[in-house]
Amino acid sequence: MMNITLKVWRQKSCNSQGAFATYGVEGVSPDMSFLEMLDMLNERLIKKGEEPIAFDHDCREGICGTCSMVINGRPHGPIKGVTTCQLHMRSFSEGDTIVIEPFRAKAFPVIKDLVVDRSSFERIMVAGGYVSVRTGNAQDANALPIGKHEADEAFNAAACIGCGACVASCKNSSAMLFVGAKVSQYALLPQGQPERKQRVLNMVAAMDLEGFGNCSNTGACEATCPKGIDLPHIARLNREYIAATLS
Amino acid sequence: MALDSKIPAGPIETKWTDHKFKLKLVNPANKRKYTIIVVGTGLAGGSAAASLAELGYNVLAFSFHESPRRAHSIAAQGGINAAKNYQNDGDSVHRLFYDTLKGGDYRAREANVHRLAEVSGNIIDQCVAQGVPFAREYGGLLDNRSFGGAQVSRTFYAKGQTGQQLLLGAYSAMNKQIHEGGIKFFPRHEMLDLVVIDGKAKGIVTRELNTGEVKSWAADAVLIATGGYGNVFFLSTNAMYSNATAAWRAHKKGAFFANPCFTQIHPTCIPVSSEHQSKLTLMSESLRNDGRVWVPKKAGDDRPANQIPEAERDYYLERLYPSFGNLVPRDVASRRAKEMCDKGHGVGSTKLAVYLDFSDAIKRLGKPVVEERYGNLFDMYKQITGENPYEIPMRIYPAVHYTMGGLWVDYNLQSNVPGLFVLGEANFSDHGANRLGASALMQGLADGYFVIPYTLGDYLATVGASKLTTDHEAFKKSEAEVKEVTKKLLAIKGKTTVDEFHKKLGHIMWDYVGMARNEKGLKHAIAEIQKIREEFWKDVMVPGSETEFNQELEKAHRVADFIELGELMAIDALERNESCGGHFREEFQTEDGEAQRDDEKYAYVAAWEFKGVGAKPELHKENLTFDYVKPSQRSYK
Ligand SMILES: Cc1cc2nc3c(=O)[nH]c(=O)nc-3n(C[C@H](O)[C@H](O)[C@H](O)COP(=O)(O)OP(=O)(O)OC[C@H]3O[C@@H](n4cnc5c(N)ncnc54)[C@H](O)[C@@H]3O)c2cc1C
Ligand code: SF4
Ligand code: FES
Repeated sequence: MMNITLKVWRQKSCNSQGAFATYGVEGVSPDMSFLEMLDMLNERLIKKGEEPIAFDHDCREGICGTCSMVINGRPHGPIKGVTTCQLHMRSFSEGDTIVIEPFRAKAFPVIKDLVVDRSSFERIMVAGGYVSVRTGNAQDANALPIGKHEADEAFNAAACIGCGACVASCKNSSAMLFVGAKVSQYALLPQGQPERKQRVLNMVAAMDLEGFGNCSNTGACEATCPKGIDLPHIARLNREYIAATLS
Repeated sequence: MALDSKIPAGPIETKWTDHKFKLKLVNPANKRKYTIIVVGTGLAGGSAAASLAELGYNVLAFSFHESPRRAHSIAAQGGINAAKNYQNDGDSVHRLFYDTLKGGDYRAREANVHRLAEVSGNIIDQCVAQGVPFAREYGGLLDNRSFGGAQVSRTFYAKGQTGQQLLLGAYSAMNKQIHEGGIKFFPRHEMLDLVVIDGKAKGIVTRELNTGEVKSWAADAVLIATGGYGNVFFLSTNAMYSNATAAWRAHKKGAFFANPCFTQIHPTCIPVSSEHQSKLTLMSESLRNDGRVWVPKKAGDDRPANQIPEAERDYYLERLYPSFGNLVPRDVASRRAKEMCDKGHGVGSTKLAVYLDFSDAIKRLGKPVVEERYGNLFDMYKQITGENPYEIPMRIYPAVHYTMGGLWVDYNLQSNVPGLFVLGEANFSDHGANRLGASALMQGLADGYFVIPYTLGDYLATVGASKLTTDHEAFKKSEAEVKEVTKKLLAIKGKTTVDEFHKKLGHIMWDYVGMARNEKGLKHAIAEIQKIREEFWKDVMVPGSETEFNQELEKAHRVADFIELGELMAIDALERNESCGGHFREEFQTEDGEAQRDDEKYAYVAAWEFKGVGAKPELHKENLTFDYVKPSQRSYK
């Protein structure tokens, strides 16, 4: 069992001022997940008549993209390739002080404590993140073979969970990795071809409108992305965008 | 009240086609006069919302999540079934129909299951057209794997992220319609009541989670696609926020709840490690394609797995079920694992686990192939347990996973409350007493893409467009009720947290309404749950206020409903004096420990009518008839 100290960002609502609060947490088992440790702290806070810390989470297995938080300066914490909910306390040591903050970006306003509003991502997807196909009359699925290589590469892009860690890790709060992943997925697949140009133009326009910053190629997003989405997707996004504006 | 399942007449192969032709249509120009509420935007609700908006209806879609992409469907790992017979291994619509009906232990409707099998192929076509990146072979064609309860390879998959990719497909279809104005999407809106006017569902009341605003919405029809209720057990493989509130509140407004005791306990989950555990993690059933399940032959054998020689291992599934082996259906695999542990053969520190071993697969296929197939699952396992499954066999144990029960619906997916339709895991329709792996994704998408777009039109064309608005007093009354319950929860200011009540309920459910049930235990559970309910309303502690983002308040509403639903599950389990599928009553088993059905007395759907909190619910029976597949003792030997 370990004893740790948490410095947690507390903010009542979007419009109020936030500040760090310090909590000592005793009896933390290394087998607990990070969020279970917060559950335990919250139970104690409620019992003491204090307000529990609000944080977003749901699947707790690294797939829904709901959990967020910046842990010791890093979105999703210290371990590469995992989300906050997959982090276990065995990654920390007795006596550690852990600083927990919300994802910070102009396009992700705080709702409460560690919970942020990522609806800006939704609006980008609504602008063009789809293939226009009607229900009910699609041709046989095997009528259009797709090479395994392209299919796998499209899959890798499609693995993005929309968590926003890329934005939170970027000093410019750029959403290029997130947008690049979706644009890439469709650009690689035959199904994505008819709307290829319009899609990238619409999505990039929506991204700019939301106040995400520009990409200056620092690679922080790639290093933080829990799903291994890599920089070539940003390169492809740039190529797609240029091709679309030139024609 | 007589339950009319509205199963169309005629031969099973043409029922659906004939029925579609007979259903009334809404003229294209009139569709936009109809407003449809879709509550829940997972696979079922998302696909329905997109398809209906595409047809021209005016769709209002609600989710308590911040985005449709966060729905619990995202977590489905293994795959989705379809009778494509791409592998040329003897699959057909009839075989998928047969396997699903048999897998469900003959407690589902033949006509529904057949329709599901019929449309299964279209689902794959639709998803591929949307750009869903399913796994492919080198030739560019789609790849398949096998799942439990089937002897053919009919499962389509996208690594271990099939649900994610399918949901992103449905989400993209929704996005297109949101873009075009066909769907208005309301994130972080939780439905807290159904509004019924003159016997018909006419709208809902929601609470906006960021601000606490309570609001009414009127519509011509309401679709509930809010997922399953496995979290009644506290610990399950469901996401933390999965809940029964929408379905339960609709039940309290008159919708019957069918077969609530039919819950699925999945055999391959990471075992519970401590009291702090907040949820359980599934290891996809697809692992049973290549992993072998075993326990030490000697009870109490404490040696590490690699020191137990081959001859002293009991591959009990292969021994008991030579023809299906490790791929028996889930209920059978789970029950056998429990039996092995009860007899002292369990492994690991808690002794509540069995091994799932990949060493033979690694020898046979090589590590790269195993990694390609299951890499992300192995990583996940290692992340959680700290052990490397390439080297040490995984430890697995059954966990609550899926609920076959749900709101009762007829063949058209309409509940007994006209205008209320129920889709996906929230309804009871197609899986009988046990769901086969990779069939839930299939059912959710079948309901949303291929069934509701037809059947809803018939209802609307029959009743005509409604002129009701939220000014109607029924909405005001519902709003007031919702606000009152909320106030009451906040005013109790007791000493016990919401989670403490939830865990207490979960323990009772797992011990007495879990994998093995008996009369005495169920009676005990009912009494205990009633006590928990009374204590809850006296002693729950909910901090904060109702006009702010308040996660404890959200949970309190949900747990209040779980407690009531838990009692109904126990009542249903007690009433069903037979064993079938996931419902195992210890009093009713064959000599070799298999579920013993009683078709004479229990070949029916138990649909319960709410009669007030704490009052005995009323049972309505829908008799099941089998004209095409003769129910037999399920055998996987
Ligand atoms: C870990 C795991 C793995 C699985 N793997 C597979 C698999 O490989 N193959 C397979 O076929 N099945 C699998 N299943 C089962 C399958 O994923 C689910 O049954 C299915 O996805 C349920 O879809 P749904 O659309 O009915 O509900 P969900 O996806 O649960 O969606 C529910 C929706 O309702 C909303 N909602 C709920 N309540 C309210 C409310 N009161 N107000 C507003 N909105 C509300 C939610 O926000 C969400 O949008 C798996 C399940 C789990 C738990
Ligand atoms: S690209 Fe990576 S970090 Fe960014 S939203 Fe997607 S998964 Fe999250
Ligand atoms: S809670 Fe779903 S990804 Fe972390």
